[in-house]
Amino acid sequence: MSIQLALDGVTRSFDGFKAINNLSLTVEKGELRAVIGPNGAGKTTMMDIITGKTRPDSGEVLWNQTVDLTRIDEAGSARLGIGRKFQKPTVFETQTVEDNIALALKDDRSVWATLFHRRSTEDTARITDLLELVKLTDHRTDMAGDLSHGQKQWLEIGMLLAQDPELLLVDEPAAGMTDAETMRTAELLRGIAGKHTVVVVEHDMDFVRALNCRVTVLHQGHVLAEGSLDHVSANDEVIEVYLGR
Amino acid sequence: MTSLIDRRMGIFLAGLFILTVAVPVGNLGLEDRLVPSYVVSLLGKYLCYALLAVALDLVWGYCGILSLGHGAFFALGGYAMGMHLMREIGDRGVYANPDLPDFMVFLNYDALPWYWLGFDMFWFACIMVLLAPGILAFVFGWFAFRSRVTGVYLSIITQAMTYALMLAFFRNEMGFGGNNGLTDFKDVLGFDLQSDATRAGLFVLSALALAAGLLIAKAITNSKLGKVLIAVRDAESRTRFIGYRVEHYKLFVFTVSAMMAGVAGALYTPQVGIINPGEFSPANSIEIVIWVALGGRGTLVGAALGAILVAAAQTLLTGWFPELWIFALGALFIFVTIFMPQGVLGVIEGTFRRRPPTRDLTAAREARP
Repeated sequence: MSIQLALDGVTRSFDGFKAINNLSLTVEKGELRAVIGPNGAGKTTMMDIITGKTRPDSGEVLWNQTVDLTRIDEAGSARLGIGRKFQKPTVFETQTVEDNIALALKDDRSVWATLFHRRSTEDTARITDLLELVKLTDHRTDMAGDLSHGQKQWLEIGMLLAQDPELLLVDEPAAGMTDAETMRTAELLRGIAGKHTVVVVEHDMDFVRALNCRVTVLHQGHVLAEGSLDHVSANDEVIEVYLGR
Repeated sequence: MTSLIDRRMGIFLAGLFILTVAVPVGNLGLEDRLVPSYVVSLLGKYLCYALLAVALDLVWGYCGILSLGHGAFFALGGYAMGMHLMREIGDRGVYANPDLPDFMVFLNYDALPWYWLGFDMFWFACIMVLLAPGILAFVFGWFAFRSRVTGVYLSIITQAMTYALMLAFFRNEMGFGGNNGLTDFKDVLGFDLQSDATRAGLFVLSALALAAGLLIAKAITNSKLGKVLIAVRDAESRTRFIGYRVEHYKLFVFTVSAMMAGVAGALYTPQVGIINPGEFSPANSIEIVIWVALGGRGTLVGAALGAILVAAAQTLLTGWFPELWIFALGALFIFVTIFMPQGVLGVIEGTFRRRPPTRDLTAAREARP
């Protein structure tokens, strides 16, 4: 398998505080990876760097072993095929669920193309499929702002899938979900891994266990341990900084 | 997909059409004039304001760009047309100089400054009416949006932009007539600006421009691009992470809006007979925001309605209590913000309809600059 994403010696500090400290991490194509770590471990900053929101002070971030991700912006990373779901669900609240998905559908993103865009029957069919997948079919014409917290999480996942990205960066998808919803989300992410590469940042250990994948433990901006959940759980350092607390 | 002419737009355009027919007929067609001539120009001026309000609503209501400098684009359009009208005066000026406008003779200009060249041609002036504000908006927006200046900061720099232009246009050395501006216009395309027929013609043109502006704005906001604009307004960073280059979208809509404001200014100048640097004053630009907020932000039709209502109220009130107007305007704005968050249009539609207000009105309520 080839490497989808490789971070090598990445450092980024904010006012002298090293949010990311010599972080090296590789993710294989089609892999499902969970990233865990205590608050302030640098998980969100890592995502910001991968998606071009934040530039690292030093280090290399390579996409598909060729493209330098430190030189592009958010929209550029999205166009390369990196989709990101925020920790706090962010959907377009004053637009319908259908339009939210339609806006995210993979398509030409230029100003002229969107100005003269006509929704094709394939687009509509794809929207229908995606709404089915994230169980929002009944809410198609509802305003996204009227959805429950969990439904917004699902809608955002739907929007992520609509982009058909190669890599999905998913920040705490289970936050605010019921246990049943959490398990269904884990199932969904397991289902799309393989076809897509998925990196999940999560706090909820039950959820990580349900993902049943390789786990990377971040601490103070670098990788503390990596392996199966059982493997990292047995690591003394990990227990000390995170699990033991 | 909503249609281009929904109920709201249909009713407004129908009203506008009736006005467009009735006013000139009332002024010219009857023996005893039902509509005095000054009212024709006054209403024409209101329609220019309405178009300006629609232009602002397009960027503020739909894309969340609170421009406090839209008066600058309006004034630039007005100056471009004013420059043509000055050239049309020819040797009928006080100093009877065939090439130089009076103020240039007075200020001892030897020849026309280079940037006045071409303005003797009407078509050239018309292009400049679009280009001058368009280019300013494009360049300004290019730097501002690329540097991701948003919210209050953007509002402040747009305000600074119009203020800087005001100071510049006040200077005699700029070659735009200094603090007197451009005035004493005689005719346009051979039609006497003082004649009732020309005034009626300008009124009709203003109405057509307003209708066209509304429909263009509606077409933009109805398109997928319009949905992207709303997405930018509500969740800018989400829109970026989906892959839209937010700065390109802002730049597009800001430039289109500035050109629309320029057209409004160009129609305004011949109807009021003067364009001066006062049009660049920051207070003017803030007043446009009040029109839009009062009419109903994010509704287009509401913005036009707001401009007409406020301008009409201003005409009436300044007639009765000149010194009270500015307080009345302030009080009106506070009243509307607190008690009518969806604007006049929201109140009207709320009265006539049982079902909950449409969503873009709700968006206006959750207004974030």
